[in-house]
Amino acid sequence: MSGRHPEIIVAGEKRSVDTRASAPLHIDCEREVRRITARLVEQVVDEFRRRGVVIALSGGVDSSVCAALACKTFGPTRVLALLLPEKESSPQNTDLGREVAGQFGIPCIVQDITPVLEAIGCYALRDQAIRAVFHEYGDDWKNKVVISGGLEGRVHFFKLVVQAPDGRILERRIPHREYLQIVAAQNFKQRARKTIEYFHADRLHYAVLGTPNRLEYDQGFFVKNGDGSADVKPIAHLYKTQIYALARYLGLPEEICASTPTTDTYSLPQGQDEFYFALPYDKMDLALWAHDRDLAPAQAAALMGISERQAAFVYNDIRAKRKAARYLHAGPLLIEDHDQIPNPSASALS
Amino acid sequence: MQTIKAQVKAFVIDNFLMGRRAGDLADDTSFLERSILDSTGFLELIAFLEERFGIQVADEEMIPANLDSLNAIDAYVKRKAAVEACLGDTRK
Repeated sequence: MSGRHPEIIVAGEKRSVDTRASAPLHIDCEREVRRITARLVEQVVDEFRRRGVVIALSGGVDSSVCAALACKTFGPTRVLALLLPEKESSPQNTDLGREVAGQFGIPCIVQDITPVLEAIGCYALRDQAIRAVFHEYGDDWKNKVVISGGLEGRVHFFKLVVQAPDGRILERRIPHREYLQIVAAQNFKQRARKTIEYFHADRLHYAVLGTPNRLEYDQGFFVKNGDGSADVKPIAHLYKTQIYALARYLGLPEEICASTPTTDTYSLPQGQDEFYFALPYDKMDLALWAHDRDLAPAQAAALMGISERQAAFVYNDIRAKRKAARYLHAGPLLIEDHDQIPNPSASALS
Repeated sequence: MQTIKAQVKAFVIDNFLMGRRAGDLADDTSFLERSILDSTGFLELIAFLEERFGIQVADEEMIPANLDSLNAIDAYVKRKAAVEACLGDTRK
């Protein structure tokens, strides 16, 4: 697939990889790692007075790169990796997370959060909403939510896809009340994980390291007070394509370097582009890059290999998601400014 | 009986504007451009149209040209009602 592995520069030497589509996103990995680690230590130690970082590993490329960067910054004994699977997450991802922690010698705690989610009603509340759409949905069925409409210029809507134990797949548009309840219940997963991350951060006097990439951070692909919550976010300025380049530079396992991003949140396999983005990540990276440089849709279309009309729809989608993300980024708003405590969110929704 | 436009306008003002800024909502105001509706808002609007006017909004009809203003909705609902009435006649 073109664009997955951009050209990377290591110690001044160019390593040739497929760069046709992703050329604008070249990154000097060595310099970038130096920049991130220098800034990270200032933020965690000088600004927050914390002694290390907690990081939840998902087995995906973003959290794995963050773990490697944290290890380079603080050393393995000042990093704590958490693996927080639940009954619907992929066991393979947990294995990959464990492998990354092992590779860098980072202490690692594994906690199955299924009992927490059962106790809080995550599965029961979600399944209640699913059954309002598919009455026959049973406990042994699987599910996922997929997005539709963005690339065709339609209003976004979501489809619920369920799979019966005999393999039958059923698909239906989700009414808004059921959609909101399914997503709200699923969000328990990210919020439960974050609660556990902060438990360990508090007990060790560490900071929590968040792992969003630029696309996720910019477009609001995170759960407010869930995976969106953290003390530092060291790769939020980097495109996913660049993070894959860093993964290779940092020597992460091939399975991670060559992986396709998934949400690992629903019980059926679900790509991020099925749930949230209009296009696969490498094209979305280019779309965001082109949009923010005011390239015309026709130029962006050539870069991404889609039609000009589709590029215009993707641009609209980027702007709409960015607008919706303002609420996700905002902290609590005050009625008036506090003299002594600056409120970073004061202008977020203005 | 209220017109389609009046019913939708009352729904939008009550549901999305909390009764405020009613003067901002002209018949040709774009819900998207004025940030009156987001994607969840459109899903809510579609549920309202289906329930109130007894129509079924197909996936391919969920486009701004049909849903992004009071004028667009008025024309769309009238078109749908006419088509469904026609189909009903054919079925008789």
